[in-house]
Amino acid sequence: MTIRYCFCYKIEYIDRIEIEKEVVILKLELGKIKISDVQFGDKTEVVKGTLYVNKDEIIKLVLEDDRILSANVELARPGESVRIAPVKDVIEPRVKVSGSGAIFPGTINKVKEVGSGRTHALVGATVITCGRIVGFQEGVIDMSGPAAKYTPFSETNNVCIVIEPVEGLETHDYEAAGRMVGLRVAAYIGEAGRNVEPDEIVTYETKPLQEQVKQYPDLPKIGYIHMLQSQGLLHDTYYYGVDAKVMVPTFMYPTEIMDGAIISGNCVAPCDKVTTFHHLNNPVIEDLYKRHGVDLNFIGVVLTNENVFLADKERSSDMTAKLCEFLGLDGVIITEEGYGNPDTDLMMNCRKVSQKGIKVVLITDEFPGRDGKSQSLADATEEGDALVSCGNGNVIINFPPMEKVIGTLDFIETMIGGYEGSLKPDGSIEAELQIIIASTIANGYNKLSAKGY
Amino acid sequence: MDKIRVVHYINQFFANIGGEEKADIEPEVREGIVGPGLALQSGLGDNYEVVATVICGDTYFGGHIEEAKKTILNMIKPYKPDLFVAGPAFNAGRYGVACGTIAKAVEDELQIPVITGMYPENPGVDMFKKDLYIIETKISAADMRKAMPKVCKLAKKMINKEEILSPAEEGYIERGIRVNYFNERRGSERAVDLLLDKVAGRPYTTEYPMPVFDRVPPNPAIKDLSKIKLAVVTSGGIVPQGNPDRIESSSATKYGIYDITGLDSLNKDKFMTVHGGYDRAYVLENPNLVVPLDVLREMEKEGVIGELANYFVTTTGTGTSVGNAKAFGEEFSKKLVEDGVGAVILTST
Amino acid sequence: MVKEIERAGIPVVHMCTVVPISLTIGANRIIPAVGIPYPLGDPNLGEEKSKKIRRSLVERALKALQTEVTDQTVFEN
Repeated sequence: MTIRYCFCYKIEYIDRIEIEKEVVILKLELGKIKISDVQFGDKTEVVKGTLYVNKDEIIKLVLEDDRILSANVELARPGESVRIAPVKDVIEPRVKVSGSGAIFPGTINKVKEVGSGRTHALVGATVITCGRIVGFQEGVIDMSGPAAKYTPFSETNNVCIVIEPVEGLETHDYEAAGRMVGLRVAAYIGEAGRNVEPDEIVTYETKPLQEQVKQYPDLPKIGYIHMLQSQGLLHDTYYYGVDAKVMVPTFMYPTEIMDGAIISGNCVAPCDKVTTFHHLNNPVIEDLYKRHGVDLNFIGVVLTNENVFLADKERSSDMTAKLCEFLGLDGVIITEEGYGNPDTDLMMNCRKVSQKGIKVVLITDEFPGRDGKSQSLADATEEGDALVSCGNGNVIINFPPMEKVIGTLDFIETMIGGYEGSLKPDGSIEAELQIIIASTIANGYNKLSAKGY
Repeated sequence: MDKIRVVHYINQFFANIGGEEKADIEPEVREGIVGPGLALQSGLGDNYEVVATVICGDTYFGGHIEEAKKTILNMIKPYKPDLFVAGPAFNAGRYGVACGTIAKAVEDELQIPVITGMYPENPGVDMFKKDLYIIETKISAADMRKAMPKVCKLAKKMINKEEILSPAEEGYIERGIRVNYFNERRGSERAVDLLLDKVAGRPYTTEYPMPVFDRVPPNPAIKDLSKIKLAVVTSGGIVPQGNPDRIESSSATKYGIYDITGLDSLNKDKFMTVHGGYDRAYVLENPNLVVPLDVLREMEKEGVIGELANYFVTTTGTGTSVGNAKAFGEEFSKKLVEDGVGAVILTST
Repeated sequence: MVKEIERAGIPVVHMCTVVPISLTIGANRIIPAVGIPYPLGDPNLGEEKSKKIRRSLVERALKALQTEVTDQTVFEN
């Protein structure tokens, strides 16, 4: 009897603590500092919306990694006649001003839960890592001209880090070096926003399950299944430093992602790449929060992976469906990263979650061939009757020559989307849309879509 | 200004020659307008001239497709048309197939705009909608008065190289061609609305209906493998070092056939993979993981299989359209058959 | 491609990792492979064992080619 009493008492006690903690802990204030220009300067700082960066300090920081032989910093602004290639990752500079943990936990900072307190973001600025290719998957960004409209990064002020690896560096090591360099530089630049008064502060909050359900009891309980690319070299994604391919599906508070809990281990097909920028600014999370308490109740995020073994696909989709059922969701949105075999993960998740009686909407992009006449997906399921399309990645696009190239065009023809004859002698390019970074990104960030003609 | 020259194709019925009893008449060509050509001419206006009309019986066409196609093309060519209009065929099945066949032939051969019109259930629609603009008509010829102006309007746009808008806007039958456009709202926002509609039980429309894939019945089993020539085909992107044919790492537009005569194994110094969809490290180290030449050679020596073809066929599977993959398959399968290949192992990554 | 080979009258076996895709596109004889980065073998186990796996998978593929099927069939073992 005594034991039982103690047990009950303890639960009450913990409950009370949780409620107290909730007020301070689960809310994230995102302070948006709008950046409208980027310049080199003696000091890395933000002055009246202009980001000044100290080139030497950045290069010094990059070269701390002994896998990097040399580095250069170049700036690319909207409207300039500039082409950046091969792009590895794009990152928005952010800094954790208050609250638990630090930006990019588990990668460049200690593992510590993030997603609460206050974070500042330099909105309109990015760090772009580029340089000699790792695989085939890195992409292109044009800052002006007809190809610019397909990537969000033609509208941002970009600090481009061009890296050259040491001779003979193994590809996995080169990828890791490039990944860490981008994050470290982004964190370094993010520091410049620590003491700047943001132009706008947005507050995001999801409470622990039971309280969240109680807060809006009459609204449909909506979740988000975020499929993380996890197929090996250039296809990996990290959650608090753990490679998604060795994790089982798990629950994430939506605000965690805004502090860099998820980072991109570089490219799939360039068009599909969910860059670290896109994780920080996940559009599904943002749009679900916009309607949170209005016409839906945003319960949280289920993270899952896209692995290369069939058993993993089965296990992960089983567990994803189980988590959604456990959370008592009425509906979920599922996003994909990549195409081909991950279409199977998308369909398995769709089918198994639907079979739990939960309504599903899929977001993906299409690969129906250059003529648009073939099937757009490699796999299908009858439950997939509500799909949002982020466009046809196979369409041929013409890129006029640019005055300046940051990085190199040497690899255009072997990059995904490129082909024999893609690169013309005058520097113009003819290639499939999929060569452009995040052009058909399958999380709904862009307005590009496709329809049947 | 010279007028834009138009050739029109109709069947025996619309040419007032007769109904079913005259459906076997052979192709003929007449100068100028016949039957519905009048509506065509008036719809196109003064800048256009219907210079000739080709007439053919539906039964004749159906029974002599290749011959009829050739004859009709030869009849059309001397008129040097800028535009070719067939039908509309409404719900007449054989007429629809004839209109589609000849319109596609003219498009391929003369490379001029072609257009036709049909009722959505006409069998010609499924056969040709991917290749042609087919104006959607009602079931019977009573709709001619409304259908022909739509045909003319779209034809003029094609001649003027104006942007062809969506099926709903132009009145043609959806071709199943996926075309990009910029929506007013981003995808995630549309997804939230779609989901709330679905959850609330309101009607909703997908932006892409699930694809359908056709089926082929399985071939009979092999009776005696020791008498069979076996070939390996792969979508794993295995190519000789240097990728001589420059097969793309994704969304391939070509395939390669590479010699393995005298080789007991795929050596990493001679072969590599260009597949852009997976971590290539393992396969670069040992290409036999995708094309199992080492074990097949052993089995050949052991007499388990009669003979191994002296080449393998390869492309990159990732992102490669079904259309391309089908075309590759059709082409290299002919070679496989000619070379007496009796069984195939197809490996994918 | 697999269907075009079948259509040409040649019996074909599809060895692939992502069996669901193979089922969706319409292959008739299917052998589940090891994994996407190494379908036929497992280099982590050393070359000898890896090759053994490859040999047994190919043997299974040959068995499938010698088995009558009327519908899509996955040969699990």
